[in-house]
Amino acid sequence: MFIQKPADIRPSEITDKKIYLERRRFLRAAGIVAASGVASGLLLPPVSEAGQKLAGVRKSAFRVDDKLTDYKYITSYNNFYEFGTDKSDPAKNSKNFRSAPWTVTVDGEVKRPARYQIEDLLKHHPLEERVYRLRCVEAWSMVIPWVGFPLADLVKRVEPTSRAKYVEFTTLHDPAQMPGQRPGLLGAGLGWPYVEGLRLDEAMHPLALLAVGLYGEVLPNQNGAPIRLVVPWKYGFKSAKSIVRIRFVEQQPVSTWMKSGPREYGFYSNVNPAVDHPRWSQAAERRIGEDSLFSPKRKTLPFNGYAEQVASLYTGMDLKKFF
Amino acid sequence: MLQPVEWIRWVVKPLLFVAALIPLALLLHTAVNDQLGANPIETINRYTGDWTLRFLLITLAVTPLRKITGWQMLIRLRRMLGLFAFFYVCLHFLSWIWLDQYFDLDAMFKDVVKRPFITLGFTCFLLLIPLAVTSTNAMVRRLGGRNWQRLHRLVYFIGVGGVVHFLWLVKSDITQPLIYGVILAALLGFRLWDRRRQQTAAAPAMR
Repeated sequence: MFIQKPADIRPSEITDKKIYLERRRFLRAAGIVAASGVASGLLLPPVSEAGQKLAGVRKSAFRVDDKLTDYKYITSYNNFYEFGTDKSDPAKNSKNFRSAPWTVTVDGEVKRPARYQIEDLLKHHPLEERVYRLRCVEAWSMVIPWVGFPLADLVKRVEPTSRAKYVEFTTLHDPAQMPGQRPGLLGAGLGWPYVEGLRLDEAMHPLALLAVGLYGEVLPNQNGAPIRLVVPWKYGFKSAKSIVRIRFVEQQPVSTWMKSGPREYGFYSNVNPAVDHPRWSQAAERRIGEDSLFSPKRKTLPFNGYAEQVASLYTGMDLKKFF
Repeated sequence: MLQPVEWIRWVVKPLLFVAALIPLALLLHTAVNDQLGANPIETINRYTGDWTLRFLLITLAVTPLRKITGWQMLIRLRRMLGLFAFFYVCLHFLSWIWLDQYFDLDAMFKDVVKRPFITLGFTCFLLLIPLAVTSTNAMVRRLGGRNWQRLHRLVYFIGVGGVVHFLWLVKSDITQPLIYGVILAALLGFRLWDRRRQQTAAAPAMR
């Protein structure tokens, strides 16, 4: 169980009553919907359009008490280079992205490789809402109410073999739909498809989430629809979006950002105020939509404030070396 | 009927002055209407940086434009344009030390020392100060035309530095700094070409 220490909560960080009530209303409605679905013997077909309410979402104990970042900021200020490098590009360029039908291939070192339709995943794994901090490597942060299910549940379902040491996540590669993947000027830009990875024990950690929604609704395209990873103790880019493949491997995967800048982006990329990005400090961060123009940045916490839960994964490791 | 010189002084320059303040007015308008987006400080910082580079390039375009069009009066606008580049770099710098760093001198010092793109940006800012200070007629006289010109050639380095400062900042998409770079290369390239042309034109006359 994840219990937030009350020490760092300021009154201003407590969830707005309006939002709280709305959440309550939503959860009640979701409960009724879920109950009626069960009663009639079949679950409602999963919705697939951004903005539609997700049914049967249960509130989880995994939540920080920081004030939630506005929906409008979460959905308009995105790093999703498949749709362009400007923060406003993903919202603009992902409008017609087809996130359904969607298949996720799970293979590699597993006893039960599978190709899941997104509906299978939603049917099999109960959804829960979790409020996580998100810390971008660019020194800004948000607080996001994700809806999803633990990555560990899927890992257990496919039964990794003893040779599985790492998990590799691949984002859809479809330049026709993702303009950012088309060749850029002088070949500039990232290599596609976007690949990220976790160590198996990181992937098994209860905090690691596969998200399909936010604010109780189906995930908008610009946030990585229909399914994305959320690893709250690592910089945001570790949380691969629009995942089409999850592969279990023996060797440490080389992520897209590691290839692009090996000096700047390491495999682990745990949030760490003591290890600077070569081009900017990671000691402090700007909370999106909250701090005023004239307030100083807030201090960044080791492991983005999740040290109590995850620090033990890295015992004995030199985190300056394994950044 | 105004003489060309008076026309420049009483009509063109005031208009240019107002026009050069439009970017700032737009920024303030956006800020007042709470439209600076999710990360207002980043927006302000980028915006003032962009306009610094633009005014630097516009200033550097005066001489090539003058030589191509033969319209010598353009030179009378150069000082104001250069000072506006300085004005926007001051806002850019202010947005960094105040809004971004909140006067955290320790963090700022570390940034200047450790981050090449900040080191370079800061250096270019410092180098612009003597150019702004020596922009008055009295200073030109005091320095003497030759020395003044020598000093103000620093702006070539500052232009290159400014573009590289931008280039080093971006994470992967270098399109924008590249556009500035190409324009700058054209403006500086013109000067080289022009000098060579003058030299070859002057050579036979010397014999």
